[in-house]
Amino acid sequence: MINYIIKRIGVAIPTLLILIAVTFYLMHAAPGGPFTSERPLPPQVLANIEAKYGLDQPIWRQMINYLWGILTEFDFGPSYKYHDRTVNEIISHGFPITLKYGFWSFIVAIGVGIPLGAIAAIRKNTWIDYLAVGVSIGAQVLPNFVMAPLLIIVFTLWLDWLPGGGWNGGEWQYLVMPVIALSTSYMASIARITRSSMLEVLNTNYIRTAKSKGLPTKVIFFRHVLKPSLLPVISYLGPAFVGLITGSVLIDIYFSTGGMGYFFVNAAFNRDYSVMMGITIVVGALTILFSLIADLLYAWIDPKIRY
Amino acid sequence: MNYLPKSLATGFLLAIFASSSVMAAATHPVTGETLADDQTFTYSLLDEFTSVDPQIVEDVSGSDIVRDLFEGLMNQDADGNLVPGVATGYTTNDAKDVYTFTLRDNAMWSDGNPVTAHDFVYAWRRLADPATASPYSWFAEIMALENVGAVMSGEASPETLGVTALDNHTLEVRLSSSLPYFAAMTTHSSTFPTPEWRVRTFGNDWTKPGNIVSNGAYVLTEHIPNERSVRERNSMYWNDDATIIEKVVALVINDENVDFTRYLANELDKGTVPSGQFIRLKQDYPDEATSFPRLCNYYMTFNLSDSGPEAFKDVRVRQALAYALDRSVITEKILQAGQINAFTFTPGATAGFEVPPVAFGQMSQSEREAKAKELLADAGYGPGNPLSFEYIYNTSEGHKKIAIAAQQMWKEVLGAEVTLANQEWKTFLKTRGSQDFELARGAWCGDYNEASTFLDLMTTPSGYNDGKFSNAEVDSLMLEARTMDDASANYTRVEEILANEMPTIPVYHYAGVFMLKTNVKGWPYNNVEQNWYSRNLYKVAK
Repeated sequence: MINYIIKRIGVAIPTLLILIAVTFYLMHAAPGGPFTSERPLPPQVLANIEAKYGLDQPIWRQMINYLWGILTEFDFGPSYKYHDRTVNEIISHGFPITLKYGFWSFIVAIGVGIPLGAIAAIRKNTWIDYLAVGVSIGAQVLPNFVMAPLLIIVFTLWLDWLPGGGWNGGEWQYLVMPVIALSTSYMASIARITRSSMLEVLNTNYIRTAKSKGLPTKVIFFRHVLKPSLLPVISYLGPAFVGLITGSVLIDIYFSTGGMGYFFVNAAFNRDYSVMMGITIVVGALTILFSLIADLLYAWIDPKIRY
Repeated sequence: MNYLPKSLATGFLLAIFASSSVMAAATHPVTGETLADDQTFTYSLLDEFTSVDPQIVEDVSGSDIVRDLFEGLMNQDADGNLVPGVATGYTTNDAKDVYTFTLRDNAMWSDGNPVTAHDFVYAWRRLADPATASPYSWFAEIMALENVGAVMSGEASPETLGVTALDNHTLEVRLSSSLPYFAAMTTHSSTFPTPEWRVRTFGNDWTKPGNIVSNGAYVLTEHIPNERSVRERNSMYWNDDATIIEKVVALVINDENVDFTRYLANELDKGTVPSGQFIRLKQDYPDEATSFPRLCNYYMTFNLSDSGPEAFKDVRVRQALAYALDRSVITEKILQAGQINAFTFTPGATAGFEVPPVAFGQMSQSEREAKAKELLADAGYGPGNPLSFEYIYNTSEGHKKIAIAAQQMWKEVLGAEVTLANQEWKTFLKTRGSQDFELARGAWCGDYNEASTFLDLMTTPSGYNDGKFSNAEVDSLMLEARTMDDASANYTRVEEILANEMPTIPVYHYAGVFMLKTNVKGWPYNNVEQNWYSRNLYKVAK
């Protein structure tokens, strides 16, 4: 197991380096730069500014300087667009916000999705099953850019229960709508995966054996059905978790949460190279980390898998 | 034992004091209207502002905040007229290339330091200094400050810039060329003073709440990026007694429909009108939905450089395309928010600019279309040899609708084959700036309220003349206009030349739209630049 982890980390470092190099190259290949504007700066002035930020150097040197700054001082550089902020500040502000609503969305998605799928599977072909399947399909096809404005109309304008947006340090009132909007489609996927894999497990011979030897339904369900049914769910949860906590630009746009997703997309439009790089590295590292954790969980649940 | 009665007495006195001060603030000192108890003004921004550093800020929403936090030499009143700010007045020489501003002696920074001429000298040098890397340094260039080019390029030190503090309250500005409207430029946020001692202490962090010191009617007390910023009344401001709004909250709301919903839910005093909905909202909320002309134009520019298509070198082709465009369809059917059909480059709302009766603006649309067909046929295009070209615009639903409408009009009237292409903003700027296009979308918002801010774009040396139009008469008229007290005759002549030469197709002049609650008073509806100051607003009791 330890060897496996070490091996995976050994692969992770070059993966991250390739990601950085490719992103760095693609970013600079896009036309225009951070200082391209409708009112173009005189060439000499532009040259001065680019020199100040080291953008006049060859790309490979810029990349090495950038990486050196991260490795030696954990400095992701200044933002070219927001002069009073560094990339470290932008990430340390935006990431906890994204993490918080992402984490709660994850909990809600699992907390609702797995029971919903399980009930549907156990009560197969009853009205409960049809309702659960109906709800999950509805939630799946309702995209969050439709859901978010609807939630605001209902809960803010009509009912006056919740603030229409903002974050306010992450108070629960500000968290409810982002979490609902973000979690529904994940919840729906989890419910459907749980239902189909549980149906498969329920039809296996060892469950039939358990039933025939007279084990109580509860014991059969929790001891023999649940764990194997969750295997496909776990493999879905790894990437889903990374997706949830690395930012949703739509949630940030509709609910003014100030999370990382909007900064990321905006950085690409603004050619804010350092912000784009910084967030790419964070997201890349998290993706690698959580796919490793998902693999380890998989081994823990499935005795057939050993590393 | 003594403590309780004493504290009660103090509480009682405080209560009397508080209630009397509320009563004193309860009516407007000039109009006598009853004021609301809560004088918090909340409005929305569609995007996070770039900075509140006067020399760095580059967007309109940031400039609105900077105008509250800092005060420049001159201000604008509700009609856009020039009124004293930190300066009580100015004098200028006959050549209009030396301006001397007299500063008031009671202007203070929020930390109690006096505002002096040195603060302006520092700020203006900082704007031009390449070390600041200001995206707005070009403003120092159009201010024509003496030696600005050499300073900006790093060839001369910022100390050589044509601005000097003769004493603490006298600022002398020397220009490299005559500028009759120079004083109006000092209402622009990039010319506002900056507290050198804070910049030196905190570097780029000086604009953060807690670090920032400002000389305007408000101070920044809270800023959460992409969420909200709060500015509160500055008790050190020289005219603080006249301020009524206590607190201004700016919320960042990226989606205009959500913005409007939150406005309806009374979370905002001022909100956005979702695009294309102005007509409906004006009916439902006649006192809240507002449209006003803006100093911005929307045009299409022909590439007249060597890399441009041969067809556009023929003035008849350019005219035919301009004539065939039915502007009313665009303004009345697509945009629907009070935009104005444009036949000139300069918007009619610009101060001192009379829209000249250019010939094609006087015709009816059917006359224009008949003329367009004739012109194109004369130029040798027709069914056997259709005109074909590509029109590029930056990616946006609004631009796309206009492009499709134009494509259709040119097809129907002229039989032209037009392909449309959209590009992401920075890619688009690069393409247009390197003359790698045939016909491209363009738009320009005035930097100051004077026609030259638009017409200078049509001169040969202009860095923003992406179509590379060049006309010796336009160049000399615009050069001459710089030194004239009243240059309107020159501007009229330039517009006539543009209508004949048609280097660009004027499409429409912008209108701004917003929703404003009826209890908010003092909004400067007649200020075409929409330079608003929170200190002039107030909320009346409902």
